Amino acid sequence: MNDSLDPRVNRLRLDKNDGSFKVEEGENWNVFEVFHQEKRGAHHEHVGCVHAPDANLALIFAKEQFGRRKKCVNLWVVRSADILAFDLEDEDMFANNPDKTYRDASGFKVMEKINKFKAHTK
Amino acid sequence: MYGGGYIFDEPNRKQQREEQLHDDPVKLAAFEARIARGEKIEPGDWMPAEYRRQLIRLIEQHAHSEIIGALPEGTWITRAPGFKRKLALIAKVQDEVGHGQLLYNAAETLGKSREAMINDLLSGKSKYSNVFNYPAKTWADVTVIGFLIDAAAIVNQVANSKGSYGPYCRALERICYEESFHLKQGHDAFIELATGTPAQKEMLQDALNRWWQPIMHFFGPPDKTSSHSEKLMQWKVKMASNDDMRNQFLDAYVPKIWELGLTLPDPLLRKNPDTGKWEYSDPDWDLFFEVIKGNGPCNKERLDVRKWAEEHGRWIRKALMRPEEMERSALPVA
Repeated sequence: MNDSLDPRVNRLRLDKNDGSFKVEEGENWNVFEVFHQEKRGAHHEHVGCVHAPDANLALIFAKEQFGRRKKCVNLWVVRSADILAFDLEDEDMFANNPDKTYRDASGFKVMEKINKFKAHTK
Repeated sequence: MYGGGYIFDEPNRKQQREEQLHDDPVKLAAFEARIARGEKIEPGDWMPAEYRRQLIRLIEQHAHSEIIGALPEGTWITRAPGFKRKLALIAKVQDEVGHGQLLYNAAETLGKSREAMINDLLSGKSKYSNVFNYPAKTWADVTVIGFLIDAAAIVNQVANSKGSYGPYCRALERICYEESFHLKQGHDAFIELATGTPAQKEMLQDALNRWWQPIMHFFGPPDKTSSHSEKLMQWKVKMASNDDMRNQFLDAYVPKIWELGLTLPDPLLRKNPDTGKWEYSDPDWDLFFEVIKGNGPCNKERLDVRKWAEEHGRWIRKALMRPEEMERSALPVA
């Protein structure tokens, strides 16, 4: 029935498949988020996720998936279920951050005051 | 590799379109305004039901294409000519399977489990890029796939990476970076045959002749026949029309084929100097739909191999299973 160009495929005797096979929910384990550190001293940055039965194997899969190209010195994994995040709809609570100039160095005009003082005392 | 330019939709999706009518008009307007401003949509955001459905369909089929696409090339690993080609092919096939993982994750953020996607692939319900239903008969086929199919996929993927759904864009950025190596190694192997012995050149020309029609099919039917893509373009799910992508591909790659003294099996193929667009004979679109339905030369083998792998991999997935870890299942967060 199967007449593949690949002798290995023919040896699988695929015609014996009855076609009823189904993957069960949960069979592909849990999801872990992966964080990649490019060099010592740098932050770990989120790069994606892997499916794994536990954290140890998640690290191994993460190395294959996210550590096989470019520089990498370290990886973190954490279960997606353990990530706590704000609701995206609440992003307006950060909206006035840029207005808080009293939190920024640029919000304080020191030189203006010094120059005014110097001009005044001359 | 391999975002097929054409994403198959089941006919008769009337029900979902009705669902779409029930989207909250205020939320829908805010959503469309956000996309128009160039903002990305993230998994926790409100989105129209039809946007979610179309994205799942698109990303899932892209993921399946990566996994199935690894099969015709994987077959050639043991017979790749020489150590360097073998190493490069192993690396490429590993990349493709990795791309499948990245894309399954992106699709999962929309709420469909990986297991459900795999089952829909195995049952034939969801599709993959049609181009992988053709056999890779010789090493020259592998070079044509590695050069031209990857090139076509890059045109599609670069376009999609500027789309509106954050997780898909991020996956594609990573994928496109790796694709640049695939394209280069494919081009290198292609040139080696094209500039080699008469027998090598003949083998390459033969492969090119056989692959040209599937390549022309790759981006899907002409714009004049494809329906309901306007909304998808507005939502930045579809980023370029089939004909535009096909034209972009022809413009970049036909000269690279002709400069090596090879020919393409289409007497009408030429760039119109007045319009700047490519003209070509219409490929056989009836054949295209026949192959999508499952009647191509390799459809059955591809799915049978995938089923075999899932079935024979179950014991190790079960052996590694840690039930105490499975209490809280989750979808990827980003």
